[in-house]
Amino acid sequence: MLTFILKRLGLLIPTFFGVTLLTFSLIRMIPGDPVEVMMGERKVDPELHAQAMQRLGLDQPLYKQYFDYIGQLLQGDLGQSLVSRESVWSEFTALFPATLELSIAAILIASVLGLIAGVIAALKRGSVLDHGIMGLALTGYSMPIFWWGLILIMFFSVQLGWTPVSGRINLFFDVPPVTGFMLIDTLYVDDEGVWLDALHHLILPAVVLATIPLAVIARMTRSSMLEVLREDYVRTARAKGLSPARVVFVHALRNALIPVLTVIGLQVGTLMAGAVLTETIFSWPGIGKWLIDAISRRDYPVVQNGILLIATLVILVNFVVDVLYGIANPRIRHAG
Amino acid sequence: MSLLTLRNLSVRFGSPSATPVVEGMDLTLDAGEILGIVGESGSGKSVTMMALMGLIDSPGIVTADAMQFAEHDMLNLPARARRQIIGKDIAMIFQDPMTSLNPSYTVGYQLIEVLKQHQGLKGAAARQRAIELLELVEIPGAAQRLDAYPHQLSGGMSQRVVIAMAIACEPRLLIADEPTTALDVTIQAQIMQLLLRLQQERNMALIMITHDLAVVAEMAQRVCVMYAGQAVEVGSVPEIFQHPVHPYTEALLKAIPEHSLGAERLSTLPGIVPGRYDRPRGCLLTPRCPYRQERCQDSRPLLQAHTTGAVRCHFPLTEAPA
Repeated sequence: MLTFILKRLGLLIPTFFGVTLLTFSLIRMIPGDPVEVMMGERKVDPELHAQAMQRLGLDQPLYKQYFDYIGQLLQGDLGQSLVSRESVWSEFTALFPATLELSIAAILIASVLGLIAGVIAALKRGSVLDHGIMGLALTGYSMPIFWWGLILIMFFSVQLGWTPVSGRINLFFDVPPVTGFMLIDTLYVDDEGVWLDALHHLILPAVVLATIPLAVIARMTRSSMLEVLREDYVRTARAKGLSPARVVFVHALRNALIPVLTVIGLQVGTLMAGAVLTETIFSWPGIGKWLIDAISRRDYPVVQNGILLIATLVILVNFVVDVLYGIANPRIRHAG
Repeated sequence: MSLLTLRNLSVRFGSPSATPVVEGMDLTLDAGEILGIVGESGSGKSVTMMALMGLIDSPGIVTADAMQFAEHDMLNLPARARRQIIGKDIAMIFQDPMTSLNPSYTVGYQLIEVLKQHQGLKGAAARQRAIELLELVEIPGAAQRLDAYPHQLSGGMSQRVVIAMAIACEPRLLIADEPTTALDVTIQAQIMQLLLRLQQERNMALIMITHDLAVVAEMAQRVCVMYAGQAVEVGSVPEIFQHPVHPYTEALLKAIPEHSLGAERLSTLPGIVPGRYDRPRGCLLTPRCPYRQERCQDSRPLLQAHTTGAVRCHFPLTEAPA
């Protein structure tokens, strides 16, 4: 297990350099620079522009800029935003709970519904229900998030008026931040309506963000379940005279969950990508929206290090999933 | 009254008009009796027993004139009532012990599960009974083994655990579906002896599904020979081994190496079991039968009483094989 962990951590190093190189070059390939964006529509005085670029260190050759950036990183310095002058780390930590709350809600929705749908489809294999569920899953998987989000807003928020259009909480409410999770912080406010308001704000973006992972989990659960249901030990369980529910949920599902867990872990990456779009559509004040804003402002340090932080997070989550995998599967736990 | 009666049992997959996998199976078994079922792979041995256990799933279709176990009509029993019988009064041991146990649960969990289901045993009492059962199947260090996972056991140990699960509720009928095929030769003998000892101690009826005629000769009182989904010969063991009446039984016996001592080559039956699409119109053995006659090609024989038991052949052999 220890060598396994060390190997996993060793993989972090090349990934780390890959991500820095990629974000560093991609953001610089976009036409325009931070100074131009800050100056806006006005005609930029070339001399002023050059001065500003020099002050930001952006007049240096690219390779030198990159090495300076890596040198900074190695000292644990994530730099500061060119726009707000705040440190990238403090902006990230301030906004991250909002994204985390949205992601947790989404992965909960996706896992619960995905597992249920997948199990039902597997048990009713070949039926109309199975085809229906798998058809919906394929549709969900192919759904462009921004379009799907807008459709849901138009229907539930605009037509039916059931949910707010955007944001995390009605601005009339004053919610002091305790944990950063709106659903928890609102519990400290002595008004039930505030919590409900937070829930109303959360539900639609969470559903939008959950759509693709839900589809993937449902499909994976179905195929994994079908495989396990053919196993000899499932026949043994049935031959014991156990109820069908016990055979399915205790004997089959536990084993079918092992590959599904990995898939749920891999969805964290998809979730982060989805969060960028979802947060933009719903004006959700999280790191997705923060990154989009940073890109449009050519805020190089924020883009580079924000993405680096997210990448690190995704890798860490996959690492945790691998450990969980060992807990769900005793054959792995006892190996080595 | 016999413990088990199967009359005209057929199993089809797909539609009621599909080619049957098991066709017109008749079988009776008395309490405490040992019956061997032999036949090639795919001859319908396991499927017959799965049908009795109610383990044939859609699109499988089970039909029978009678499927009586003790006082229960297994054919028309509601699923819930059948589940109270299988695992308790009828238990089954499967071929590959390494895949028959759930890899995610300990031996103890899977063993106690049966005790809980059928006897309502819980906690320390269930654990105590589980240890007793493991000791009964001669597993050393039974108490520690309870907390082992299946992958930590050898094949022989796993099969002992499977046997312990099967006999946990003192079944009246134990079905062993090739219980030693997946095991080493030395372990095979041990498992067979264990099964025989348990059968004698408890006076269980035992159905032994096997390829191995030697096992049948050694253990069983009666034998049922199956070919292409049909029982072709049923009778008592010494007589069938001495005087096989069906040409197929004769061929099977001739293929035992010990019966061909001194011969250059082992005797074999040419050809293969007919598949789904090339079933003969008449007797299913016709293409391979050394004694076939014209009538065999056109009409399918029924299982009929004969001096030694029952046989499905138009021209049963009358003399001992040369």
